[in-house]
This record gives sequence, C-alpha cells and structure tokens, in this order.
Amino acid sequence: MTYDRFLNPCIVAVPPSGIRRFFDMASLMKDAISLGVGEPDFKTPFHIRDAAINSLVDGDTQYTANRGMPELRAEIAAYLADRFSLRYRPEDQILVTIGASEAIDLALRAMLSPGDEVLVPEPSYVSYAPGVIFAGGVPVGIPTREEQDFRLRPEDLLSVITPRTKVLILPYPNNPTGAIMEKQDLEALTGIVKDRDLMVISDEIYAELVYDGKRHVSFAALPGMEERTLTINGFSKSFAMTGWRVGYICGAPELISVMNKIHQYSIMCAPRQGQIAAAEALRAGRENGYEDVIRMRDSYDRRRRLMVSAFRRMGLHCFEPYGAFYVFPSISPTGLSSEEFCSRLLKEKKVAAVPGNAFGPSGEGFIRCCYATALDKLNIALERIAEFVSENARR
Amino acid sequence: MTNLETALLDLLKEDCRLSLEKLADMTGAPMTEVAGVIDRLEKSRVILRYSPVINWDLTDRERVEAMIEVRVTPQRDMGFDAVARRIYRFDEVKSVYLMSGAYDLLVLVEARTLKELASFVSSKLSTLETVTGTATSFVLKRYKEEGVIFDGEETDRRLVISP
Repeated sequence: MTYDRFLNPCIVAVPPSGIRRFFDMASLMKDAISLGVGEPDFKTPFHIRDAAINSLVDGDTQYTANRGMPELRAEIAAYLADRFSLRYRPEDQILVTIGASEAIDLALRAMLSPGDEVLVPEPSYVSYAPGVIFAGGVPVGIPTREEQDFRLRPEDLLSVITPRTKVLILPYPNNPTGAIMEKQDLEALTGIVKDRDLMVISDEIYAELVYDGKRHVSFAALPGMEERTLTINGFSKSFAMTGWRVGYICGAPELISVMNKIHQYSIMCAPRQGQIAAAEALRAGRENGYEDVIRMRDSYDRRRRLMVSAFRRMGLHCFEPYGAFYVFPSISPTGLSSEEFCSRLLKEKKVAAVPGNAFGPSGEGFIRCCYATALDKLNIALERIAEFVSENARR
Repeated sequence: MTNLETALLDLLKEDCRLSLEKLADMTGAPMTEVAGVIDRLEKSRVILRYSPVINWDLTDRERVEAMIEVRVTPQRDMGFDAVARRIYRFDEVKSVYLMSGAYDLLVLVEARTLKELASFVSSKLSTLETVTGTATSFVLKRYKEEGVIFDGEETDRRLVISP
C-alpha cells in the first residue's frame, strides 16, 4: 500500500534534520567522545528531584490547570522579575509548556496565517524553520556572520522585511554559535520592530548561561517591547532539567489565551511532576541566590575558556562565545566542508561534533562543539581534534 | 581567598594533574600568575598534598578500615589537642576529628588484617591514660568517597547527538 494520499505533502517536503544522519553514525561508535550533545552534563540537583519523588509518594498524580500550576506560575513571575526585570502577571500572561519546544510551536501556530513570513536568524536551533512551515508560514533566514560576532544587525533585518513579514525570532543566547545580543544590539532593533509592526518570539532558554561578567538582556524588558514580544524560557539548560520537559511562554494576555486554546486541546497540561520539580528549582533559587545555576555556570565557563584557547592554539579561528554551552570554531584552514570534517573526525579520531551547516547555510565552514562534558573527556577530545587538524592542515 | 584561588582549588580538587597551561586557560589568568598562586597555596599549607582517590577493593592489597569513636578526658590548658596529637602519631591512624555529640574524637584507622586492627585498639589506643572508652565500627563497603562514587559508574545517559 502507498500512503502518499494520506500524508500531508507540506510536512513530507520538510527535509530531515541534518543532525539525524550524524546521530545514526555516532550512535554506532560506542567509544566515541561526544561533543555533539545539546544538554547539560549535570544531573538535576537532588533537592529538585527529591521534590518530585515526594510528590509521587504523596500521590500528586492528577492533571494540573491548563496554564500550569498556580504556584509554579507565581514562581516564574517572581523569577523573571528578579533576574531579567520582566513583569508578567501569573494569572493571564504565563503559560507553562512541555519544554520551550512546545512554546515555540504554540507561538507560531497561534500567530501565523498561510504565507506569513517569519524571520529566523541563522545559524540557529534546528526547529524554528520546520515549526514555521508546520504552522503554514514561510521561514526566511537572516544569515549572521562571524565578523559581526553572529549578532543580528538592523541592516540585515531591514533587508529581508516584506509586507508579508509578521514575526521575528530572536534566538539569543544562540545555539549553535554561543553568540549573545547585548543591550545596545537589541535596542538597535526596537525601532524596526515597531515601525514594521512585527511580533518578536524571543527564545531565551540559555538566558542563565552568559559568561565573563555579561548579563542576559530580555528583549521584552526594553521600553515599549513587552507588548510586541513573546518571551520563551524553561528549565532544561539553566537547571539541568532537559528530560523533565518544562518550559513557559509569556506575553500579552490576548496572545497567551489563544495559545492556551491550542495547548488545552492538544496537550492538556505539562506533566505535574515536572511542574513540581520546576517550582522547587525556582523556590530554592529565590532563597539561596540561585546557587545551583551559578555553580553550573561557573563550571561551564572554565570549560568554555579551555575550549576557546585550545581551538585557537590549533590555529583555528574561534569566535569568543559569551553564551550557551557551545563553541563554534571555523575549520577553514583544513579546506574541508563541515560535513566532511565531522564525519572524518568521527571515523578517524572518534570524536563527535555537529557540522555547522546543520543549523543553516551560514553555518558552513564551522563545527559546533558542546563543552558540557567532563573535563577529562574534553581534554582527550581536544587532543584528538588537534591531531586531526594538523594532519589536515592545507599546505 | 581571591576568586582565582577559589577557582584553582576547585579545579585541582577535581583533577590535580591539570597542566598550568590548562589551568591558565580555564581561569583566564596568565600562567605565571597561576603558578605563583599555587606556590603560595602550597607554602601556606592550604594545599597539603596531591593524591589520587583509590578503590583498594579492586586491588589485591589486604586492608581493613574502622571508624573508632573515642571518649577522652580533656587535659588542662591543652583541651583535646594533646590527646588528639598523641593518637594521630600512630601509623595506623588515617584521620582524626574532634566531634560534637556523644563522643569526642573520631579516629579512622587502617590495618592489613582484622587482627592487627583489633590489637591496635586494645593495646595501643585503649591503654592511653586519657582515653576513657572506645567503640569500633568496621567499614564493610564503600559507596562514595571524596565525592567519587565507588559502586558502579555514573553513566552518561545523554543522546550522543542532540540539537
């Protein structure tokens, strides 16, 4: 039997993720060291796990409110106010989702009509463009360049806006480049967002992982931008809670209630145990000055410096990433394409990294290496990459 | 303690074989400064020794360990220090701590055999004048020491590649 008639051609037409092929290859090599992960190497702090364990013992196994448990939404509101000067009402401006991923999907589905264009700076996280297509929209990439520290410049933004442009996605701190947008970089965009009547989806999942004395600035915290921004965040990266699948989206009540309509019919609610754990993470953080987050960030920061120095010593140009937990070195001295470099590195040296072009065409010539890995493994991996680079240096 | 000192102590605690170059990379301080700080920490006896965490159970070395709760009579002017010093001079004694609670000193002792250890307690420790009583507990299995898990490995359960 052929299923063509039963499949949605728009979805079938979306190419499989460039990461998938690598995943299959790397999974077969049991003793490879992976720098290809996209999640913390810490386990969720035990007091957070313990809160979920206790809730199970106590029989907390029911649905929660669609928008999320009121105590969690109250904690989220307090947290965002405290850390990023954002003011969202827990009652009608915050929706708890299944990870930031659902939040991205909801935002796109709630806003897009067929043919609406969504601007996606790239290289960036692999799900934005497919998410736009699934929601009936048209993704429009905005290449960012290493020379500009992979930041989005107003002139680049202006050059792609058309009458159909509806939404701008701001994926900073950025996966895969580690780029951040500082206050003045964001301020340079606010006028365009307002004049061209755009909505911004600001994916701030890495907001806590910003280094070297810099602080993350939320787009919605800039004057006049709260009403034009949907702020997405979650617990996966900052609290090492990837598998719990808890995130949230905040914004104007008019938008949140439409997203909640989709959420309540398709999801009902985020899992209760995840929400309980998330509430504990924020409650404890509020009381102890977010010591878990700071401890993990300090540890990432040391490894970040190690990676950047090691790549530069190999003779590779490595832009200094101030956010997330990735470095994105240029592999141009080898003359290899990103895919060639990564597949040969995996086969010859048993180190897995992700080819930069998996995150958009402007990622070609780069590789993404995650430093959320134990220091001893990181050091071995770096030695192997150095060997590989010197063997393949163009004469 | 400066930030650099704290950072270096944390890193060396995790892996004391990290090279000066790596330590400098990770802390962002020049190599000469890192070397200087470590030197000072050693001289001021903040860093006493660089030693590995060993799982002796996986070796063929015979070895028993016990924790001994010791009650003592404190001495005038010296408090517990004199008796603690008397006790830590024995080669069998690995650690000595002054404790709050039901007893005074906790003494960690290591010997080759049970018999040797028993004889240490009965002939050397209990016979000290200031020791008024002991309670010995033998270590049967070690699960975690110095933050390192001994029984089984902490496996990395993450997907090898994820977006």
